[in-house]
Amino acid sequence: MHSNSYTIVFTSIVTIILGGFLSVAAGTLKEIQELNVENDSKKNILSSLGYEPNSDQLWTSDDITKLFELNIEAYVLNSNGERTNTDPATINTEVDKENLPIYVDKKDGIVNGYAIPISGKGLWSTLYGYFAIEPDGVTAKGITFYAHKETPGLGGEVEKPWFQNNFVGKRFIDEDGNLVGIKVIKGKADPGSPYEVDGISGATITSKGLESFLVDDLEKYEPFFRKIRSGGV
Amino acid sequence: MAVLDKKSKEALTDPLMKNNPISLQVLGICSALAVTVQLNTAVVMTLAVVSVLSISNTVISILRKMIPGKVRIIVQLSVIASLVILTDQILQAYMYDISKQLSVFVSLIITNCIVMGRAEAFAMQNAPGKSFLDGLGNGLGYGGILISVAFFRELLGSGTVYGIPVIPDSFYAAGYQNMGLMVLSPGAFIILGLIVWAQRMVSGVEEE
Repeated sequence: MHSNSYTIVFTSIVTIILGGFLSVAAGTLKEIQELNVENDSKKNILSSLGYEPNSDQLWTSDDITKLFELNIEAYVLNSNGERTNTDPATINTEVDKENLPIYVDKKDGIVNGYAIPISGKGLWSTLYGYFAIEPDGVTAKGITFYAHKETPGLGGEVEKPWFQNNFVGKRFIDEDGNLVGIKVIKGKADPGSPYEVDGISGATITSKGLESFLVDDLEKYEPFFRKIRSGGV
Repeated sequence: MAVLDKKSKEALTDPLMKNNPISLQVLGICSALAVTVQLNTAVVMTLAVVSVLSISNTVISILRKMIPGKVRIIVQLSVIASLVILTDQILQAYMYDISKQLSVFVSLIITNCIVMGRAEAFAMQNAPGKSFLDGLGNGLGYGGILISVAFFRELLGSGTVYGIPVIPDSFYAAGYQNMGLMVLSPGAFIILGLIVWAQRMVSGVEEE
């Protein structure tokens, strides 16, 4: 039988060794992990804007960085929809409601689309993604989700192309210029309506959640897009 | 590889079939259900469990005479937890997409009964070499079942094997549909049940 002091010394040594070992490992890997997270959000911004990897080849992280640098201009808007000099990378969209990052797909001075971060509650978790808008400020260009913990096969379907593709070409502004958002309809959407998409069967709460946080997030950017629609930017 | 003596060989091969941790001892079921929608995640999970299990068994076996009996479970757990965190960090750094899919289940290896069970039941009594083999065997036994379940779930549920579509388009045109049930947890229960049944029939185990 070991004495109490032996036990204390032994456990302390084990703790120190394991703790030291882990902090070294975490420290060494941190940089590459952060790069992964950054690349992942760039990848999502690009794919919400309709960029796809050529053929079956997946994007490497270099491809993503290059595409992003070539095509995307990122800046921050204030709540009046005016451009500020804040660096988008420093904004925590969850906490900061005043500074709104926006990613503009721009080539040779011509804007091809805008992507904005969206997030909100589904059934089990907060969903995070990007919503892309055509240069007209009225039509949806695409939507992606990069993090959520919804049920796979039910709410988890939000990450699937069949669901996301439904949003392409839908309108979130009605004829009178009011923000109406995009309704996620239980079952099949009316094919004639430009404001509705098919819901996910068995995932009503995720669908409704998505619908409501999408409107909320669009609301924040509305001053900016109102200007776009009146040709002010 | 040097020829192993009989005992060591048993430590390695028993858990693969005769004493499989999942299908015979019915341990580690939770992760077996959660990560088997696709082969891809099942394979990575297998690698993670095999490495954690064989290293933790070896380390604990080296320390076995030094570990005070009163706190042995906590010491085992700290070794296992550190290895799991390390694995998780490595996955996040080098296999980011897969680590996102595995999400919380890598961290949950800490509470996987197989890892704790082998540490307590085997590594605390046996020499490091043998404990390593036992860990390897149990990890592979676990992984074997995981990969078989994932194979059937992916094939029947999504019509693909390792992400490659294998069901010809003409089948779909003729009215064949992927079985949605297989993508959900009940699908894993059914497949796992069938595997346990088949395995017990082959090895002729009787429940006492």
